[in-house]
Amino acid sequence: MQSNRQKYIRNFSIVAHIDHGKSTLADRLLEKTGTLTKREMEEQVLDNMDLERERGITIKSQPARLVYKRENGEEYIFNLIDTPGHVDFNYEVSRSLAACEGAVLVVDASQGIQAQTLANCYLAIDNNLDIAPVINKIDLPSARPDEVIKEIEDVIGIEAQDAPRISAKTGLNIEDVLETVVEKISPPSGDEEASLKALIFDSSYDSYKGVVCYVRVKDGKVKAGTKIKLMNTSKIYDVVEVGVFVPNYLPVTELRAGDVGYITASIKNVRDARVGDTVTEAARPALEPLKGYKPAIPMVFSGIYPIDGARYGELKEALERLQLNDAALGFEPETSIALGFGFRCGFLGLLHMEIIQERIEREFNLDIITTAPSVIYKVMKTSGELIEITNPTNLPEPTEISYMEEPIVKASIITPSEYLGSVMELCQLKRGLYIDMKYIETTRVVVNYELPLNEIVYDFFDALKSRTKGYASFDYELKGYVTANLVKLDILLKGEKVDALSMIVPEETASRRGRVMCEKLKEHIPRQMFEIPIQASINAKVIARETVKALRKDVLAKCYGGDISRKKKLLSKQKEGKKRMRQVGSVEVPQEAFMAILKVD
Amino acid sequence: MKKVALYIHIPFCKQKCLYCDFPSFAGKEDFMPGYAVALAKELNSIKDKKIKTIFIGGGTPTYLSLKGWKIIQKSINRLELCDDLEFTVEGNPGTFTREKLIFLKNMGVNRISIGLQAFQDSLLKGMGRIHTIEDFKQSFFMARDIGFDNINVDLMFGLPKQTLKQWRETLENVTELNPEHLSCYSLIVEEGTEFYKRFEKGTLDLPGEELERTMYANTIDFLRGKGYIQYEISNFAKDNKQCRHNLVYWEMDEYIGCGAASHSYCDGFRYRNEENIEKYIEKMKTEVIGEEGLESEGLAIIEKTKNSLDDDMEEFMFMGLRKNIGISKSEFKQRFNKDIENVYRKVINKYTSTGFMKETEDNIYLTYEGIEVSNVIMAEFIL
Repeated sequence: MQSNRQKYIRNFSIVAHIDHGKSTLADRLLEKTGTLTKREMEEQVLDNMDLERERGITIKSQPARLVYKRENGEEYIFNLIDTPGHVDFNYEVSRSLAACEGAVLVVDASQGIQAQTLANCYLAIDNNLDIAPVINKIDLPSARPDEVIKEIEDVIGIEAQDAPRISAKTGLNIEDVLETVVEKISPPSGDEEASLKALIFDSSYDSYKGVVCYVRVKDGKVKAGTKIKLMNTSKIYDVVEVGVFVPNYLPVTELRAGDVGYITASIKNVRDARVGDTVTEAARPALEPLKGYKPAIPMVFSGIYPIDGARYGELKEALERLQLNDAALGFEPETSIALGFGFRCGFLGLLHMEIIQERIEREFNLDIITTAPSVIYKVMKTSGELIEITNPTNLPEPTEISYMEEPIVKASIITPSEYLGSVMELCQLKRGLYIDMKYIETTRVVVNYELPLNEIVYDFFDALKSRTKGYASFDYELKGYVTANLVKLDILLKGEKVDALSMIVPEETASRRGRVMCEKLKEHIPRQMFEIPIQASINAKVIARETVKALRKDVLAKCYGGDISRKKKLLSKQKEGKKRMRQVGSVEVPQEAFMAILKVD
Repeated sequence: MKKVALYIHIPFCKQKCLYCDFPSFAGKEDFMPGYAVALAKELNSIKDKKIKTIFIGGGTPTYLSLKGWKIIQKSINRLELCDDLEFTVEGNPGTFTREKLIFLKNMGVNRISIGLQAFQDSLLKGMGRIHTIEDFKQSFFMARDIGFDNINVDLMFGLPKQTLKQWRETLENVTELNPEHLSCYSLIVEEGTEFYKRFEKGTLDLPGEELERTMYANTIDFLRGKGYIQYEISNFAKDNKQCRHNLVYWEMDEYIGCGAASHSYCDGFRYRNEENIEKYIEKMKTEVIGEEGLESEGLAIIEKTKNSLDDDMEEFMFMGLRKNIGISKSEFKQRFNKDIENVYRKVINKYTSTGFMKETEDNIYLTYEGIEVSNVIMAEFIL
């Protein structure tokens, strides 16, 4: 039964393609509703990680409670749940959407629909959300709102004629967005008297409160003192505090059906309060948990090693700390002959990987080496055993392999039609299987391909960007596994195999890949005291070779007078440079070399 | 009384050489008298030290006016000097006059260092040198004539357009004159120089790496044949004619620097003086009333840092390894009260096992192969 109270609640997310102005709009909504005064507000309040602000992306979802006073005096509670825009963080989007009744779809008035507009919008539609389209950036000279509205209607198939035309940057027509939220998005319709059912859509760790569960209450009520049960783990806790996001934590006496807020209950470990789990009352448990959404599955794996082997413990601690707030990050210890002790880490995608890498370096001040990303291969051994391989080094001998399967994705690429030929050529080159294509308008087309994921983690993004001058957008979802002809490509430095540089590659491109890898390594490995042969081999057969010549001269001929500071500065700089190097056998390999081999074309 | 070395900097040049990034300036002749006065004041502030070597370097010290020299002379005469004082003055051909040389000789100078660089006028011109081979010969013979029996000649190899034949010619012609000491520097293209600009533009026609290394190897062989023993990366001397002043730097002994841009290492501190000539003169004019009356010590110092134990050990190693004899393990122990084994054994083993370093009972030194890549090795001695 819907209470009168719930009529005045709206729970929604904002979805958009990257850079279409989602976070700026969120800021304006906070400002307009007086949730934060301009003075209190740093730009893009909701992106509260440094990295997020720097890169202009949202990684973690962030909720905020807004109070909107309509002109007629009615007062509405808006719970805005910000979402990430990037494909890597789809699972974050879907968990945010599960807590909402609707989504504001922001589309850039000059760029129109892009790949992530579609992907995120379809996610929302799949979750039965009401969609309220908004046309942003109409202040730009290149804005073409009428055409973009038509695109939305044609391609997505939703009514968009009365979509607010706004500029989040200048604040133009922001009130129209608030109105459209009231009108287009349904209020919640939970039963306050029923047993408690609250969906955990996110969590974070607070050193004072312990785990803070971000919840959407579907039915029932919860307050401090309530004995709650997490339906998935069956664990029981006493609620210590409930509250709402303003956007900082603000304790309240009770959360009721329709509300978005947080619960703390002295939970020590984020893993005990799994995102997607349902919170219910221990005394009067709900019969069925809420439908959870699919958990995040790591798709890309790479090894992370401390440059200074002695800092292994610190790296472990850093990963553990990051994991507290990032359930999608997986890691387990592994050992490399070349790199020593480290961790095989699972990520949602390349961006996620880069972000974790950067956070480890910045927030924990650790120098690390990341090995080439790999995907999960399925290997059917001749013995009949099926194994999964995330680290190329662990691939069995060719004689033990019956066949191998690799993950493939369905990729959607939206590109200006002038680059269509080039995009299709690229997809073919990357072993893609054409599915279909459709013109969004006369000059833009969406083309769908099946592509092996390992081609995407290799250099697909960069290649697509360069072929389309950055105009194409791209999104993908995992589709399944297919058999493929794959081989392990090994790299030898000075005759010694460097396990951390091994890659699994398609047989047909293996020798070209090997050649290019040798060339790349030659570029990145500085000359040392001796000659360094670089070889690529497949099944112990050398297929390519390069040589880094020995260093012939690195000497300061003259020390000026008593000024030894210059000499010392030079030597200290050299020593710093050495820190970025990893001793592999007798060869010093700079950190960049491990990543550079990826950027091949 | 503590025995120290004294370095005096004369930052004037007739013209800046195209490869030079030292603190030296052309067109500042008007400041010579003022500079000499400031310098004299700084020299007068040296107290309670006995001077074992003096090195007047530049710039071009011989370019300083006689009037300037007379001002400095008074202050030098007031210093406590050791009986076996080594007293060097640097100079460039074309700035020597008989009168100045005689004056220097009378002031006590017993060693002359002449910047020649190459024995081909075309190469000299290409480096922006102000003199010819003929000028050099005249200067050299003049010095000998006046009675200087300890002369160094500075040479450079790896110069733009320089051939192996030209370098050998240089060595042959110079050794013909039989100087007591030779410095042979491999050209380093330093940032901020005219050569650097050309290098960036790609118009500096340097000899290839292998050729340049052949020049170095040839230098050592050729000079050994002529009785010059290499005792440092770039320095060669006849018996007992090693430059004691430079050894002070390499052996981390104490030295006082006077003049613009000079450096000192004394009582565990490193000091750096103001580099700008005008500012240096201005600073030295200030009168500070200290407890013991007029005091001018440290007026031009712009940086003073205490060397930590680590600093001292690092410097002892990377400066000491410049010498062919290397460093002494027992001296390390004596100076730092620490066993070198516990500080550097790992890196020593790394390079002795690969042939870049050698170790005897008490010494550790770089081999020829080690010298060529000495920066790489020395960097590992930074703690």
